[in-house]
Amino acid sequence: MREVRYRDALREAMAEEMRRDPTVVLMGEEVGHYQGAYKVTQGLLEEFGDQRVIDTPIAEAGFSGIAVGAAMTGLRPIVEFMTWNFSLVAFDQIVNNAAKMYQMSGGQLPVPVVFRGPNASARQVGSQHSHAVEPFYTNVPGLYVVYPSTPRDAKGLLKTAIRSDNPVVFLEGETLYNAKGEVPEEEELIPFGVARVAREGTDVTVVTWGRPYVTVMKVAEELAERGVSCEVIDPRTLRPLDHETIVESVKKTNRCVVVHEHWPYGGPGAEIVDRVQRDAFDYLDAPILRATNLDVPMPYAIELENEVIVTEARVREAIERVCYLD
Amino acid sequence: MAKIIGLPKLSPTMEEGTLARWAKKEGDAIAIDDLIAEIETDKATMEWRAFDPGVLLKILVEEGAVLSPDAPVAIIGAAGEDVSALLGELAGGGPVPAPAPPKASAAAAPAAPAAASAAPAPVAPATGGRALASPLVRKLAREHDVDLTEVAGTGPKGRVIKRDLDAWLASPRAAAPAASAAPSGVRLPPRVEKLSSMRRTIARRLTESKQTVPHFYLTIDLDAAPLLAARAQLNAELERDGEKVSVNDLVIKACALALRRVPAANASFMGDAIHYHQVVDVSVAVAVPDGLVTPVVRDADRLGVRAIAAQVRELAKRARDKRLAPEEMTGGTFSISNLGMYGVEEFAAVINPPEGCLLAVGAVRDTPVVSGGQVVAGKRMKATLSCDHRVVDGAVGAEWLAAFKKVAEAPVLMLL
Repeated sequence: MREVRYRDALREAMAEEMRRDPTVVLMGEEVGHYQGAYKVTQGLLEEFGDQRVIDTPIAEAGFSGIAVGAAMTGLRPIVEFMTWNFSLVAFDQIVNNAAKMYQMSGGQLPVPVVFRGPNASARQVGSQHSHAVEPFYTNVPGLYVVYPSTPRDAKGLLKTAIRSDNPVVFLEGETLYNAKGEVPEEEELIPFGVARVAREGTDVTVVTWGRPYVTVMKVAEELAERGVSCEVIDPRTLRPLDHETIVESVKKTNRCVVVHEHWPYGGPGAEIVDRVQRDAFDYLDAPILRATNLDVPMPYAIELENEVIVTEARVREAIERVCYLD
Repeated sequence: MAKIIGLPKLSPTMEEGTLARWAKKEGDAIAIDDLIAEIETDKATMEWRAFDPGVLLKILVEEGAVLSPDAPVAIIGAAGEDVSALLGELAGGGPVPAPAPPKASAAAAPAAPAAASAAPAPVAPATGGRALASPLVRKLAREHDVDLTEVAGTGPKGRVIKRDLDAWLASPRAAAPAASAAPSGVRLPPRVEKLSSMRRTIARRLTESKQTVPHFYLTIDLDAAPLLAARAQLNAELERDGEKVSVNDLVIKACALALRRVPAANASFMGDAIHYHQVVDVSVAVAVPDGLVTPVVRDADRLGVRAIAAQVRELAKRARDKRLAPEEMTGGTFSISNLGMYGVEEFAAVINPPEGCLLAVGAVRDTPVVSGGQVVAGKRMKATLSCDHRVVDGAVGAEWLAAFKKVAEAPVLMLL
């Protein structure tokens, strides 16, 4: 299979859907003439023109509201946030309008909008620009929350997101844009709510997504050499969550570690722990542990940031503890 | 007002129960229909649910305790109520004026024999502490009937984790006695396993049956070829729906019809009277991992073979999962036990009281038979009827067997 970078997989998904469906439009800061702050939208203005690829002012609340209105009246907008940190000024549009209109209108006004952009720490951009926003948005019924960890999932899930009649929060790993991986030539739509078993194993189930996915796969490789067999599960969509796949895996391994980049208080990480303890209670041989970013605003200093972002050492320690290897 | 709650009688034949698991702990509020505890009876693990609301003020017995019905197990009342008077009453064998010092009363308990009959002490002694163990280990320990206080834990704070239980189960103390596995010169003592509730019930009921019921046995040999042919024909038809019937399902039907033809065999000895049953409810012996149970196929005479097969399959599955309700295992009028699948040619079984008869079915075997003066290959099956002579005399038993043989050898009669 051919190898494609994560950012190029995302662009392929958008270009293919825009060719297929003339109601799909793209808007956001620097998506057109500048070719995207992270070059995800490179070439789209040339192909689709400025009626469908729209550079917006630096006004997230405004253009998010325009996108919600456009979605209610027949278009399928894709909104690119330069980063998800900036979505916080558009939070009201996403939570109060996008997530509510379909239900409040009794099904008369679907809101087929995709909000997408880079999420979580981008390395040394400071506390205000390093948010992992998945706890904010997974808490809202009415939103789908998607977080691909590989180029293949990025493409297949974004295509599904664009075709969804419900608003989708599509989170991209800021430090994953350069990641390469296999992506099929032929069209692939990956359904929401179906986790992917990234690595099969027998001793411990490790659930992870986003950038920590890369960390976990590396640690799993190292631990395999020491005889610890990790089963790595990537939920791919955090809402809806495929908890059956996770629970079935824990029933097999009897142990579970959840690894994520969002803060440890609540969020999808805690949600997964809650479901596993309930549905796999009689199968647990150890407490469920999490390895997460530390519970502090992100420091700027690189030495500190390296410690705050979930480290390989913390992932390894959590796995060793549930396997009683310490 | 706080009151002492006794162990509920959860099945009609329950003479004792094991408090398998407390679902509430002291201080928990209880709403109507809340699960209070799981009780292992002679039949199954049953849920004990609350009839009245309140607060669980005091737990009187530990998990694993074997108790008689109505033995005090808990005190339930309003939040914060003083239970010392009730505790004193339990320990002292009678009401004592509150506030009696509970410790003094407890010390006096052995001197009050009246308490013994009213409140039998839990059989399982308090171990003084609960073993720390993972949920997985607790589940496995229940399945293997292991007392976790005997297993050394290597997890944090001595938590018993799966590897500890695995090691314990593999150790000579827990392992099945295997002479060949023993090092030469070392003679291992027998492995001692506490009786499960089911094993205790089997022992009690079958001893009672064999000691009090005058058994006699009648064996008949029949041509099984028609049964096999009927089964093949039925299964060819049922295959579309992914169903099938077994020889045993046909035997159940044949028994049910024979009971209709000879109702005198469908009877129970009840002390000063004989009950002639007007329904045909066939108990079917099902082997389960630690014993056997006898779920009942109701009105088997009126059910088609397909319906019988479906019921037996469903009942057997739930029997193996220990999920049969007591009423599904009691009240049969006749039993069938089939060991044909193990190649047993014939056997005589112990009657399941108060039923009057039991049919023990052997394997279908290839054997030479004489037909029209020629020796030809035949399919034969033996069945042995155990009869309670107080109810069924030899002639009645023989008449029943003849009726059974007639239907089994001409399955088309099942259409009538």
